[in-house]
Amino acid sequence: MRSSLIRGAATAAGLALVLAGCSTSTPNPGASTAPSDEKVTLTVATFNEFGYDDLYAEYTASHPNVTIVPKKAATSNEARENYFSKLAAGSGLSDIEAIEVDWMPDVMQTADKLMDLSGDDVAGRWLDWKAKAATTPDGKLVAFGTDIGPEGVCYRSDLFKKAGLPTDREEVAKALGTTWDDYFNLGKQFVAKSGGVAWFDGADAIMQGQINQLPNAFSSSDTEEVLIPLDQNQPVKDMYNSILKASIDDKLSANLQQWQPDWTNAFQKGKFATMLCPGWMLGVIEGNAKGVEGWDIANAFPGGGGNWGGSYLTVPAQGAHQAAARELAAWLTAPEQQIKAFKAKGTFPSQAEALSSPDLLGVKNAFFNDAPTGQILADRAKAVTIVPFKGPQYFAVRGVLSDAINRVDITKKQTAADSWAQAVKEFEALG
Amino acid sequence: MMWHHRLSRWDVKSAPYLYIAPFFILFALVGLFPLLYTGWVALNKWSLITGNQGFIGFGNFSYVLDQPRFWDAVVNTFSIFLLSSVPQMIIAIAIASVLDANLRAKTFWRMGVLVPFVVAPVAVSLVFGQLFADQSGVINAILTNIGLDPIGWHSERFWSHIAIASMVNFRWTGYNTLIFLAAMQAIPRDVIEAAVVDGASRWRTFFHVTVPLLRPTIIFVVITSTIGGLQIFDEPRMYDNFGLGGPDREWMTVTMYLYELGWGSQRNLGRSAAAAWLLFLIIVLFAVVNYAITQRISTTEGRPAKTRKVVAR
Repeated sequence: MRSSLIRGAATAAGLALVLAGCSTSTPNPGASTAPSDEKVTLTVATFNEFGYDDLYAEYTASHPNVTIVPKKAATSNEARENYFSKLAAGSGLSDIEAIEVDWMPDVMQTADKLMDLSGDDVAGRWLDWKAKAATTPDGKLVAFGTDIGPEGVCYRSDLFKKAGLPTDREEVAKALGTTWDDYFNLGKQFVAKSGGVAWFDGADAIMQGQINQLPNAFSSSDTEEVLIPLDQNQPVKDMYNSILKASIDDKLSANLQQWQPDWTNAFQKGKFATMLCPGWMLGVIEGNAKGVEGWDIANAFPGGGGNWGGSYLTVPAQGAHQAAARELAAWLTAPEQQIKAFKAKGTFPSQAEALSSPDLLGVKNAFFNDAPTGQILADRAKAVTIVPFKGPQYFAVRGVLSDAINRVDITKKQTAADSWAQAVKEFEALG
Repeated sequence: MMWHHRLSRWDVKSAPYLYIAPFFILFALVGLFPLLYTGWVALNKWSLITGNQGFIGFGNFSYVLDQPRFWDAVVNTFSIFLLSSVPQMIIAIAIASVLDANLRAKTFWRMGVLVPFVVAPVAVSLVFGQLFADQSGVINAILTNIGLDPIGWHSERFWSHIAIASMVNFRWTGYNTLIFLAAMQAIPRDVIEAAVVDGASRWRTFFHVTVPLLRPTIIFVVITSTIGGLQIFDEPRMYDNFGLGGPDREWMTVTMYLYELGWGSQRNLGRSAAAAWLLFLIIVLFAVVNYAITQRISTTEGRPAKTRKVVAR
């Protein structure tokens, strides 16, 4: 029973392999346009919370011929395993499958198994970078954008005040400057007077923010992944060294690993003063820092804009009702509907038009000192210019880097140089 | 008549096999077939996403055996296994002997020891996560309060194993206690009474009468906990929220390593299957060792004279 998890996984994999072995490429019966009043049942698979519950009812009310069967996975990892094993098997997927940006490298690699969703009705609907990430080199749009995670800087104005820094969110945004060096320099000023409070939570969180600003962090080509050997990847090495210098030598890091209990508890103890925060992080901070006063958010992000997270809807080509599924997916991801989902569950819209909706711009967050979070995050979304290329090995290399940073910042078992040397070896072992 | 006769003889001979057949058919489907298929996958370059990329012989095995991480994982697995199984066994026997005594509300206490086993592992890991947090954990808070240094539960390899072993023990001690308790209750009371009448102390009775008579059960528990312990996955995986075994894989076990190869960063099922087979071979090796020990112990047990002599002493 101790091994039930792994055994379950192994069995599932075994089945997946068996199914993969006998999968056949069937022509797509659903690709032809179905008459719109034909009775269809559409399954929609999502995970966590997309905020669609009320929207389904609204859609079936205006489309009486459609029955929607929602499937909700508890975590995106669970959904991911299901998605790729059934995609490879050639059957068993829902008519609409939600995916997360972290899976994009694999999704784009298997784009031929998805319906091409492009069409005049959705042209220009999304922020350019959001749509570009779901477009194949030959111009197929394989996924409709739902939400995004534009990043600002969250900060503790009470701690800022104690350390003699500005507290007003517009002045803070100015003080934060534009580059990472500006951000670190303000941090040095802060820790000099903070009495032991760190500037940010952990080094890897900063790496997460910086690496997404490189158009092509680990590969030398952005159409196909050609990994740059880590020991020759100077930009990444420089980034690694500068972050660890700021974290360790300048003592800006609270040496916390995100999502660990220490990190969660640190919000109550006020162990750090700033955090890079995508829109969805606001709720996380509010939950962890319950009862703590002083959190605010600045309309700034070091090094340009940044995005962390977000999702898409796809229509697998194995589905029997692709036309009807596309219609529903297009409706769900239309700006009006996404605004409703945002109001229901806070999923920040990726649709260009939605970003100027008064419903969104009027949103304020009481926990963050009544900050106009709608306006701030909309500005932060527009500041994103770069779509980082992420090939199939992207997350493997990113994982090696995380471990390397954490060996220095969290467990403090190695020096930056030793840990880098080990990362180079681990990188080589990936091949 | 001949026909009928033959049929009933056939019936007598084959019926037992037919009755146990469902188990073996099921085993062949969900046990043997995946095992052999995993062996086949291990001989191919096989990606989780894109499937079979061609036969490569023992390439995956030599890759896995070449990785320092694999050997780290083997060491971690044995370390966690020993740190959990040995104390667990001793504590379980001790608790069982207490429960075997005449207690008020027997059933309450006996069911009580099983409660941790019923708690979902995820809940256990949440609780232990708060206990063993490095900076904000309860245990480190106690240690610093009494003037000791806090322990790096997630940075020191050995201490991470201790923490994980304690999670395992929390869940499994009660379960093994009940097995030992059942075995103790099957020990004829007159044997123990004879020892008491002969003037043997409680300790002496326990070590020289009860424990020897528990041998078959101890062997059973050792074997099952070896199989379970070497495949340990849930507790170390949930020891932090990333499930990778720490930035330097301080507490990554072999099953976690094969999961990382197959479903984690590399998504390489071929290598993962090779690691799975290596783990299988390690367990087989252990089973053989266990078998040898079992044989030895059961021959000792075949000499009742010795036991009687001890009792009589």
